[in-house]
Amino acid sequence: MTVLGITEHRRGDLRDVSFELATVGRELADATDSELHLAVVGGEVEAFADDLDREGVDVVHTVDEGEEFNHDVYVQAVEALHDDLDPDVLLMPHSVNGLDYAPAVASRLSLPFVTDAIGVHRDDGLAVTREMYGSKVETVVDVDADRVALTVRPGEWPPVEGTGDADVSAFEVDVDESQVRSTVTGFEEVGGGDVDITDADVLVSVGRGIEEEENLALIEALADTLGATLSSSRPIVDNGWLPKNRQVGQSGKVVTPEVYIAIGISGAVQHVAGMKGAETIVAINDDPSAPIYDLADYGIVDDLFDVVPALIEEFGGEPPEV
Amino acid sequence: MKILVTVAEVAEVEDDFEVDGLGIDERYLTYDLNEWDDYAVEAAVGIQEAGEDVEVVSVTVGPERADETIRMALAKGVDRAIRVWDDDLASTEYLDSTTKAEVLAAVAAEEEPDLVLTGVQSGDSAFGATGVSLAERIGFEWAAVVNHLDYEAGDDQASVRRELEGGVEELTDVETPAVLTIQTGINDPRYASLRGIRQAQSKEIAPKELADLGLDASATEGAVSLTELYEPETVSDATVYEGSSEETAGQLADLLRDKGVVEG
Ligand SMILES: Cc1cc2nc3c(=O)[nH]c(=O)nc-3n(C[C@H](O)[C@H](O)[C@H](O)COP(=O)(O)OP(=O)(O)OC[C@H]3O[C@@H](n4cnc5c(N)ncnc54)[C@H](O)[C@@H]3O)c2cc1C
Repeated sequence: MTVLGITEHRRGDLRDVSFELATVGRELADATDSELHLAVVGGEVEAFADDLDREGVDVVHTVDEGEEFNHDVYVQAVEALHDDLDPDVLLMPHSVNGLDYAPAVASRLSLPFVTDAIGVHRDDGLAVTREMYGSKVETVVDVDADRVALTVRPGEWPPVEGTGDADVSAFEVDVDESQVRSTVTGFEEVGGGDVDITDADVLVSVGRGIEEEENLALIEALADTLGATLSSSRPIVDNGWLPKNRQVGQSGKVVTPEVYIAIGISGAVQHVAGMKGAETIVAINDDPSAPIYDLADYGIVDDLFDVVPALIEEFGGEPPEV
Repeated sequence: MKILVTVAEVAEVEDDFEVDGLGIDERYLTYDLNEWDDYAVEAAVGIQEAGEDVEVVSVTVGPERADETIRMALAKGVDRAIRVWDDDLASTEYLDSTTKAEVLAAVAAEEEPDLVLTGVQSGDSAFGATGVSLAERIGFEWAAVVNHLDYEAGDDQASVRRELEGGVEELTDVETPAVLTIQTGINDPRYASLRGIRQAQSKEIAPKELADLGLDASATEGAVSLTELYEPETVSDATVYEGSSEETAGQLADLLRDKGVVEG
């Protein structure tokens, strides 16, 4: 049997999730004594294949179609690979591009589909762990089928390491151009601006718990008092209260400060993706079940509107009225 | 032209809650319009306001309770709504994205929209798959995680930006008819005006059952089933400060001094 993982690259580099997916793939393959196949579609496929030839990888399939990701091409390529290899598990990343093609592939191949896996367990059947309700609960879903498609949460598994002795095999796909109905015309970096939050040693980061734009003054005062840089979770930027360059997370900046103080931030997975590398994490959140506490080194389970003014006063500052 | 916008009512869990079997005890749940769908509704209504003769129809898979949420969408400018539910759907333990996409595809087949807008994901189950699954089923082109949309009613192409990881945006042209999954921040969702709320009372929410859409209970049968739901064991070894706000702030201040964040 075969486990097939579809790797991901962007602008010339394989993305980390490719190597993480190989780890899950090996885990699943070992459970049934199967082979692990990886595929890379588009870009410098040969160089990518070299890099993907790591411990535990049996075969790397290269599909030399296009430079960058195009979901119409990916859907056709993965469908063709699936037809040819007949894998019992098809793994794809739960990345933004994964969100853009994996559901279409699963639907086209009529495969049972489970997304955003954070754990897998396989003996008789396949059990997949995933989260619900903003990470407040975990669920296990059983898949009762011979074939399945899964997307894997980035950052959950260690990347596969070491060098391997995989076969590299070029896979030809007859791309039906009439089915390519979208065109990527370019890329743009966003969020330059006044401050680079990735440079900061201390970040005071604010989330939706702040409720109103006016109340931001309180967090700004704390940042001033501490000589820290102000950053935020996504809703604050979505509301236009802070510019995009202040956003921490998957679609924002990845930061690694010495101290990260998360105030009124729940710790959604996409936020955590940007700040879990901080040396010391402090959370101020009135919800003891907020997922940020799984990550925090220090926490205050209390109303931020009580704690933050008290903290400013501790350092001789004067908290603004909010 | 017609825009179909999918809206979901999502459950939010209170700070303290109890698990009850394979769900969370109703007492600890509140319901609201899915955050991502609010932006999708705004995008649809925005296209309607900028063009002529655009009808915006919303579709929900959910119980009667969801009418309250749907009225909010109607109050914000959606013209009419469809809500699909019946005993088979109600008794489906795990309404996964495959089932939802199948039901929505049947609605799309009846409505024949020119554009479908959905949220990127729903806040409770977070599959992130329904929109693109739907697109494939109805043969529409699509784009996922759209945070900027250039499209006027009647255009045969939409220019979108897809928000990739790490602050990179992809610029993509998508042929229509298409399904676009909408990311938060793409616009500024309006509040429902009092007038809108009044008007919404007289707008139609058409209830439909699977049979009305040419589907039967088999649409709800899948190979995926929910077998466990639990509060994750806290892996946290966080030091949680105890005491009054002044006391906890004091302890945190000491930590920040120790770490050299603040002197003295
Ligand atoms: C494709 C994609 C990309 C994304 N990218 C990002 C990203 O880059 N960055 C990002 O942050 N998010 C991102 N998100 C959004 C993410 O899923 C969450 O919606 C977001 O992180 C939630 O922000 P939050 O924690 O501020 O708000 P919430 O989840 O609403 O949390 C607010 C918290 O404040 C607490 N609170 C409320 N009032 C008080 C009070 N008075 N005192 C103390 N605590 C209080 C609450 O208990 C709660 O825990 C992305 C989502 C998707 C689908």
